[in-house]
Amino acid sequence: MLQRLRGSSTYVLLGAVLVFVVVQVLLSLGAINDYWRGILFWGAAITMVSLGLNLIYGFNGQFSLGQYGFYAIGAYASADVTYRWVHSDPGGLVVVIGGCALALLLLLGVSALLRRFYGVSTLAKFVFSLLATVLGFFLAVRVLNPVVGPPLYAFLQSLPAVVVQQVVFFLALLGGATLAGIISYLFGIPVLELGSDYFGIATLGFTIIIKVLADNTDTLLPFPEMKGARGMVGIPPWTTWPWVFLAFIFVVLLMRNVLHSSTGRAIVSVREDERAARLMGINVTSYKVLAFVLGSFVAGLAGGIRAHDLAFLHPQNFNFIKSFDPLIIVVFGGLGSMTGTIFAGFAWILLLEGVLRLYLPEGFETWRFVVYPLILLVMMLLRPQGLMGKYEIPFLRQRLPEPRKKAEQTAEEVVA
Amino acid sequence: MKGRPESVSPEVEQRPVVLAIDDLTHYFESLRAVYDFSVTLKQGELVGLIGPNGAGKTTIFNLVTGVYLPTEGRVHYDGVELIGLPSHEVIQMGIARTFQNIRLFANLTVLDNVRIAFHPHAGYGLLDSVLRLRRFHDKEAEMVEQCQELLGIFGLEERQNDIAGSLPYGLQRRLEIARALATRPRLLLLDEPAAGMNPQEIDQLMELIHFIRDHFHLTIFLVEHRMRLVMNICEWITVMDFGEIIARGTPAEVRNDPGVIEAYLGRQAIR
Repeated sequence: MLQRLRGSSTYVLLGAVLVFVVVQVLLSLGAINDYWRGILFWGAAITMVSLGLNLIYGFNGQFSLGQYGFYAIGAYASADVTYRWVHSDPGGLVVVIGGCALALLLLLGVSALLRRFYGVSTLAKFVFSLLATVLGFFLAVRVLNPVVGPPLYAFLQSLPAVVVQQVVFFLALLGGATLAGIISYLFGIPVLELGSDYFGIATLGFTIIIKVLADNTDTLLPFPEMKGARGMVGIPPWTTWPWVFLAFIFVVLLMRNVLHSSTGRAIVSVREDERAARLMGINVTSYKVLAFVLGSFVAGLAGGIRAHDLAFLHPQNFNFIKSFDPLIIVVFGGLGSMTGTIFAGFAWILLLEGVLRLYLPEGFETWRFVVYPLILLVMMLLRPQGLMGKYEIPFLRQRLPEPRKKAEQTAEEVVA
Repeated sequence: MKGRPESVSPEVEQRPVVLAIDDLTHYFESLRAVYDFSVTLKQGELVGLIGPNGAGKTTIFNLVTGVYLPTEGRVHYDGVELIGLPSHEVIQMGIARTFQNIRLFANLTVLDNVRIAFHPHAGYGLLDSVLRLRRFHDKEAEMVEQCQELLGIFGLEERQNDIAGSLPYGLQRRLEIARALATRPRLLLLDEPAAGMNPQEIDQLMELIHFIRDHFHLTIFLVEHRMRLVMNICEWITVMDFGEIIARGTPAEVRNDPGVIEAYLGRQAIR
């Protein structure tokens, strides 16, 4: 293990630890005030969403505008878990985690079952998967919650409060992200069959649906604590720097490790030439779904982080106009460049919410929505491939295998 | 036997059937692209399919590999029905193909092109790669080695880290065959492998095709309209025109068939 960490990886590891320590010290000393801490955490969250989108659009070639929808799902779901928990109700935790686990099991069962039949239509697969998911959550609400809820609550209360808070927060993040992943799976089955442009429109529709649902959480949906269009208040502000850092590193490593593997190459081949990929034995649809689910899982995770930093959720934050933000970041940083996405993600928030908001003259804050499109315009004119193009820092770059030393004899020599 | 000429040696007739295409018919809307097409390939054979442009040759390949669903007919590979299977499952059963117009992953490296085709045999899953378990490193090294060996056979080893689209045309053709072989086929469908090649390159290609057939124990079905290649390497040939079979036999038989000459050179050539 250790000997594999050589060269650039070691520097990146040291650099990451250094960044973590320095920021932590600055936060503890109060050198970074709440405002800039918010900017930092927000930047990390939006970068995570963008990294997910980069996998879907930059590497798999599927144009998605739905990432803010999954971001919202992750945010609301995890906020609901922790909100209920601090109000002495373990129901959120049990339903989200238990429901996700049951739904995942049932979905695995359904897909294993359907694989044994020829020519199952997409719609049939969608219906069975939807039924499996609904059944999973129904069981979680009706069976799991009354049975497991009270003893679980009693057990967790017996632990030290600090530990419990962290455990519940972790499970809330995991649950929110998994829920986003499951919903993206259900949504992806029928919609990923469409071509990329149509997929973009469908995901845009998805974001709008999620926003409308968020507006009506207390009327259409049975979640009075989310308070619909008035905005959800009272979410415990549990997001701390270590959590942000860990989540961010997790996302970066997840993306890197997936992309630089056989699975990642299969994902990229779909972007390059779908028909050729299919005729090289790649199950194109399943890799589209995989990239979409992974990207949405990450968006859900970012949503959880953001919700517990802001401690307030409003449907207007998940407006479909916002869903263009990750897209702009990904294109701005360079399609298919993780380095570019990370850089552009932080720069975006820093510029838009940090620098411009602070340094534009008073009364001119709204002018930042004039300034940044101008920057984008100039950028696209000068560097249409994005800030970084396809550049990656060595840590995120695919290591090219060495050519073999001794050249084998070629066919001509054998034949000759 | 159906879909075979009579002039094949009895020794070959003893071998098992690899690909059996029976009465394949395909319409694009009301246009008849393929009509009542039958061919049976025995193990280890090298069979040619020729015909003028637009005769329906590539359509046959597309029907076999699940790109189109035929209007009528059956295709069996090793006795298993292929019609209705999605392309990737057909390929994973052991059929590989190349394309008439080169369809490499032009922005990826030469090695990655081959590794993508190798993917179904990678031997590790998503979890192994996310957690970078030992199996990931082992299998990945194994994969690289096998792909390099394959590239070595095609003289592409030194260019493994070059971008595929930057290779010269002839090497791109070779890379396409190498990539097809990485799917570990037993049946190889070559779609006009000699398109755009000069006579010298065609000679090299003929040697290469012979070599890979023996080295990988392949059955090869070859679409081509360059006579030089087909006449020299194929054991027997099926000729089609306007979607129908017009002749079948050894190269010598086909060369003298009046129907074939008419299809290629026009009616005047016979007089």
